[in-house]
Amino acid sequence: MIFKTASHAFRTAIKGLSLTVKHLFGARRSRQELNIKNDNYFDRQEGIVTVQYPAEKMPIPEVARYQLQVDIDDCIVCDLCAKACPVDCIEIEAIKSPEAIGKTSDGSVKRLYPAKFNIDMAKCMYCGLCTVVCPTECIVMTNEYDRSSQKLTDLIYGFSDMTDEQVAQRKAEWTQFQAEKEAAKQK
Amino acid sequence: MLDTILHILVPIAIFTFIAAFTLFAVYAERKIAGFVQDRLGPMETGKYGSLQTIADILKLLQKELITPSLADKILFRIAPVIIFVAVFTGFAVIPWAKDFIPANTHTGLFFIMAIISIDALGILMAGWGSNNKYSLLGSMRAIAQMVSYEIPVGLSLITVVMLTQTLNLNEIAIGQGILTNGSIKFLGFWEVNEIGGFFAWNIFQAPHLIVTYIIFFIATLAECNRAPFDIPEAESELVGGFHTEYGGIQFAFIFLAEYAMMFLVSMLGVVLFLGGWNTPLPNIGAIRLADWTTGLAWGIFWTLAKSLFIVGIQMWIRWTLPRLRADQLMSLCWKVLTPLAFICMAISAIWRILIIA
Repeated sequence: MIFKTASHAFRTAIKGLSLTVKHLFGARRSRQELNIKNDNYFDRQEGIVTVQYPAEKMPIPEVARYQLQVDIDDCIVCDLCAKACPVDCIEIEAIKSPEAIGKTSDGSVKRLYPAKFNIDMAKCMYCGLCTVVCPTECIVMTNEYDRSSQKLTDLIYGFSDMTDEQVAQRKAEWTQFQAEKEAAKQK
Repeated sequence: MLDTILHILVPIAIFTFIAAFTLFAVYAERKIAGFVQDRLGPMETGKYGSLQTIADILKLLQKELITPSLADKILFRIAPVIIFVAVFTGFAVIPWAKDFIPANTHTGLFFIMAIISIDALGILMAGWGSNNKYSLLGSMRAIAQMVSYEIPVGLSLITVVMLTQTLNLNEIAIGQGILTNGSIKFLGFWEVNEIGGFFAWNIFQAPHLIVTYIIFFIATLAECNRAPFDIPEAESELVGGFHTEYGGIQFAFIFLAEYAMMFLVSMLGVVLFLGGWNTPLPNIGAIRLADWTTGLAWGIFWTLAKSLFIVGIQMWIRWTLPRLRADQLMSLCWKVLTPLAFICMAISAIWRILIIA
């Protein structure tokens, strides 16, 4: 009994040792194939698999669930993305405009000014729901993924291109328009 | 006066060697671990991470010495010293080349066995002094393991000593090569005094010494608390075992002792079984390979090369085999290694009477 166990232990130990020594010498090469899309990706079982990240990068899809990007000129400030967001990381403040501001690239009419369009990427869970609901497809996920930073507030991305004066001016315009409409009603 | 200076210089030289060896061995260990697992190991510090261990030791040296408030302060402080000194002193009696030995004593082997046993005491002091249940558990396991495995080690040493008839490690090494005065027989029948080389090594002088060497190797692996016998340290379950509470230079000393122990037992195995500083190359007729590769520098080279090779095997085993359970550990020691060692000892006695004498 004890001899059987001992010899079994010895045999299995040899088996394991020969396996590791094979990998030890196989480590002279590193695995060349980085792209998982290629057919022969799983063929080579030996060799270093480490990808030394900043020096070399793995190929990634062009658009996948990485950082969000908003093309603010195409945004109609409909607030659908903020409503779709499960973690409420999108914060939008809109100012109404008395008349149509312009058109987006796909022809939708813009009637709202984006006073504030902040996305907190620290909260974002990369579900991509905002990109699905966007009617003008102005909010997209890009292939950017390495955006680490020292401060948490750096991760709040502001996409609105309006200055404080512009915001104040547009607000004033809207209040004036409201007042004029009210005055017209009174007559 | 010159003697005193020499007595100071030799330990300093050995300490420097141990420190350098540890730095190198930790780097090698991490690289081997990486390669075995298809990783790269340290790569960022220096070229191919070669300065990694130097950075590590610099960090350890700068660290504050923290003693837990409930620890036994005296035991806690002196334990790393005892652990290191016990292993360090063992190097005193091991030869590096012919007559190139710090202390040429007649009881060298006995001295090593005695002094290494103190290591267990230091580990118990560290575990008890830390006043931490993981540390205590780890040190209790370490003591059980080291005391148990002392027996197969001792028996395998006796097996060799029965054949060599001396405890002096210098003489044991001389008796395994072309410089010997006695007769050397390869496997007990072929006179190889002139040929030398690996034929003259103890392990090939008597075939049962191959089994004895395997017993010795496994048992010393357990003595060093190395994987697959690392349940006293067991990073994954005991958070490091007896050295959990240590930091800074104290931890560095425990670490140093661990690697020094690895080298010590490898070197002891080399001296007892693998020809010590004798060359592995035999004389073949007019090609006097053994004569050419014998001498002081060659002796140191062969000792180093063989010992480092054995250390490499220890690392290879560490990154291959999983840890043994405590009961498996004990049954391996008491049910397999100890009886086998006894059998080898008996064969040695018969061999001595029937074949050598």
